Amino acid sequence: MLALLVAQNIAFYIIAALMVFGAIRVVTCKNLMHAALWLVLVLAGVAAQYILLAAEFVAITQVLVYLGAIIVLFLFGIMLTRTKTGTDDNLDNSAGARRMAALIGVLLAGVMGYSLWDGFGKREFGDLLVQRTAQVSDSIFSTYLLPFEVISILLLAALIGAIVLARRD
Amino acid sequence: MLVNQFLFLGAILFCIGVYGVLARRNAVLVLMSIELILNSVNINLVAFGAMWHVTDPSNLSGQVFALFVIAIAAAEVGVGLAIVLLIHRNRQSIDVNDVDLMKG
Repeated sequence: MLALLVAQNIAFYIIAALMVFGAIRVVTCKNLMHAALWLVLVLAGVAAQYILLAAEFVAITQVLVYLGAIIVLFLFGIMLTRTKTGTDDNLDNSAGARRMAALIGVLLAGVMGYSLWDGFGKREFGDLLVQRTAQVSDSIFSTYLLPFEVISILLLAALIGAIVLARRD
Repeated sequence: MLVNQFLFLGAILFCIGVYGVLARRNAVLVLMSIELILNSVNINLVAFGAMWHVTDPSNLSGQVFALFVIAIAAAEVGVGLAIVLLIHRNRQSIDVNDVDLMKG
């Protein structure tokens, strides 16, 4: 059990380091297409973290929806709107605005880090049980049935809205 | 594993996403930074869900909420990219600083 825990921790830190590096590349990289590809790394890392948290269904959904659909949508968006190929120096705001943004990010990280440490400290998960897909579906289709239906209507509305906005006439 | 490992990871990703939203001027990159933010929130939801699942195995609210957030993120990206395409078609540029028609 201890060996498993050590392995889980090592996996967590390797994946987390990759994710943070990828996320920083997404927000600093000078090439739009590369930013989208770094985003793939971050989203795949998120799916891996879900597996570590024994949440199998959300991990698979993450791969299907984010890596499969949303990234392709982003690549389409880049290809349909990009005027320049390769690196582009016009992706960022001025240096002053970037410094301000970095300051806000660091301050936010400080506040959240402090409150998380204050609130949860060294609290352990204990032995994680696998959260089975059948249980998730039971939960969705009993307790959360109404929100589920509302989400369906929302997706339909978003679909129609996207078609209406993007059609050419 | 500590609960805080995952919560800190979520917080760091959230801050990087906020930096991206504020520092980028290309609308597609702003949408990508919003995706980072939504994913960091999802990590938090699943971590809390796993934490409560240990004490109460019938409670899976964290995962269900994460799934709802994923669905809403998909809708957001669809509509957002359609709006970006429309702005590009009308102005031949997707610089968010140029979109200031409603600025007083």
